[in-house]
Amino acid sequence: MAFTDGWKDLSAEQRLDARMDAWANPAVEFESDAMKQHYQDRVRLFRDVVELRKPARVPIAPWMSLFPGLSQGLTAKETYYDYAKLADAWMKFHAEYQQDVLAFSINIVPVHIYDALDYKLYDWPGHGVGDNSGYQYNEAEYMNADEYDLLINDPSSFWTRFYLPRVVGAFEPFAGLDPFTDLVEGPTLGPFFIPFGTPPVQDMLKKMIDAGNAAMEWIQNFAAMDAKAMGKYGLPGFAGGVTKAPYDILGDTLRGTRGLMLDIFRQPDKVLEACERLVPLAIDWAVRSNDTTRHPFVFIPLHKGADGFLSDADFRKFYWPTLKKVLLGLIDEGLVPLCFAEGAYNDRLETIHDEEIPAGKMVWMFDATNMSEAKKHLGGYQCIGGNVPGALLTTGTAQDMDDYVRQLIEDVAMDGGFILGSGIVIDEAKTDCVKQMIAAGLKYGSEV
Amino acid sequence: MTQELTQAIVDLREGDALALVDRQLADGADPVAILADCKAAMDVIGDRFAAGEAFIPELIMAGEIMTGVSAKLKPHLTATTPEEKLGVVVIGTVQGDIHDIGKDIVVTMLDIAGFDVVDLGVDVKIDKFVATAQEREAQIIAMSCLLTSAIDSMKKVVAAAHDADLNGCRLMIGGAPITEQVVAYTGADGYGKDAVEAVELAKQWIGGA
Repeated sequence: MAFTDGWKDLSAEQRLDARMDAWANPAVEFESDAMKQHYQDRVRLFRDVVELRKPARVPIAPWMSLFPGLSQGLTAKETYYDYAKLADAWMKFHAEYQQDVLAFSINIVPVHIYDALDYKLYDWPGHGVGDNSGYQYNEAEYMNADEYDLLINDPSSFWTRFYLPRVVGAFEPFAGLDPFTDLVEGPTLGPFFIPFGTPPVQDMLKKMIDAGNAAMEWIQNFAAMDAKAMGKYGLPGFAGGVTKAPYDILGDTLRGTRGLMLDIFRQPDKVLEACERLVPLAIDWAVRSNDTTRHPFVFIPLHKGADGFLSDADFRKFYWPTLKKVLLGLIDEGLVPLCFAEGAYNDRLETIHDEEIPAGKMVWMFDATNMSEAKKHLGGYQCIGGNVPGALLTTGTAQDMDDYVRQLIEDVAMDGGFILGSGIVIDEAKTDCVKQMIAAGLKYGSEV
Repeated sequence: MTQELTQAIVDLREGDALALVDRQLADGADPVAILADCKAAMDVIGDRFAAGEAFIPELIMAGEIMTGVSAKLKPHLTATTPEEKLGVVVIGTVQGDIHDIGKDIVVTMLDIAGFDVVDLGVDVKIDKFVATAQEREAQIIAMSCLLTSAIDSMKKVVAAAHDADLNGCRLMIGGAPITEQVVAYTGADGYGKDAVEAVELAKQWIGGA
């Protein structure tokens, strides 16, 4: 379903306007007209910095993960599992920490669904990590080195019949099913459905129903929790969808870091072909979710292209071309890519200032990148942000935080095009450091 | 002696390197000399890494070639004297963190550099580091993490190591969030910003510098 009527006939600019309007006017009950105005002022701050106009002040958007729960005295396990406690903590957190966006509830991952399905890709409290640990990723070669053609020929079949049985315990029977594309003519329904009459597949279907019920409970609770905080505190969400760089889908999800690093030497053409194959999937993934959430920003965490993870030549060869196609595809849909370059991107700044990507259409959030250099390369071209170090939030003092934020804003924010944010996604941090980060952002960011 | 093998490894031509080793062994070459050629290649790659001309994929690919070469040499090396190790390093990713890629690269580099490396894996309990260091009479405990939430585990290992009086064993930390400030916070003796620096630091410490 298209975002609006006549979507196909709209230009990228008109699509962006439509999405921005929808973002500024959500179907949320605001506590007062003043709070609705507050919300719309915040949306305006973000639109201004993205489009490289000077904002009324610097918008403040640290990435939050477990911190809203942990800072209110919950364990990590409670934050994930106990919707009532989380909802309570969520409101208290937003009352106490006056950032310009809702905390990122997508990071409070739906563990009840993982339980229903025996999800193996992550560890989470009670499943491989302790009660006070965030979820962690079990990276492995979930796609074997000799399976590139299976992926390239039919990604959906590869996903259902090879990848999913390896990462989701309940989905093991998928390995024995035929691809759904076998259903070309009536007679094929007979053989296709035979496995569905067997106990393992029927057991899988029951588990999927359990997961569906858990998902309904999850979305009802999370939608209510976010809508309540939005309405009470006038907080826009920071992103409405997620996608990934094709090379990261290979490196994070399928081949693993090590496997993919060997592949670029042993079978570079297959790596390139697979990345190309994943481009339309990566675009479609975001468009569908952003159409549903009616939010223009697409969160794109970037991993395997960071400094050190590839030579610059290999970044330009393997990583950037297909990420760029995804970015262009999203921009054409009127979406705003919000790349979060984890690690350092100092060696990439020259490459990512790519004139084929129109100016003022996306955001580069950084982690350990030198921000003055980032400003030098990207200033006047795309909005930048992030960078407040996780180590400082964990081990520093409020004064360290004030000094850091003041310097950062002085260095890169004075003419706009900047979002104050954290260099990492925050689980544990010192509460006074997070508070001071926000306070310093308001203090120094109002002087732009 | 051949520069050909060294060059093949430096160029990361895996097939060529392994074929050369096969040929040299068939010709009756001394496996210790072959190993020396390999180490010369790894030194070049290490230098390139330190100079920002080679990156993690090159280190991993070179390590992979070395694994292949070692497997070929192993049956021929049994009669030779075991080489002198530089010292014992007990290494692991600290409790609360299961990231292993950075730690594994450091393990490979320390191993190639000639250290006796005891790899405890990931999510390693505080006491495990200390007990293993005691048992193996380690000169160095090396701790890795990616998550900032695991920094406190490093601090706890440092405290436990100090309490246990490990006979001068020094404590090294590393990983993406590690800075001088984190070193001070944890009480560790130092950090390497990457695998090459970690090896350099270990060599300095063992050398008594």
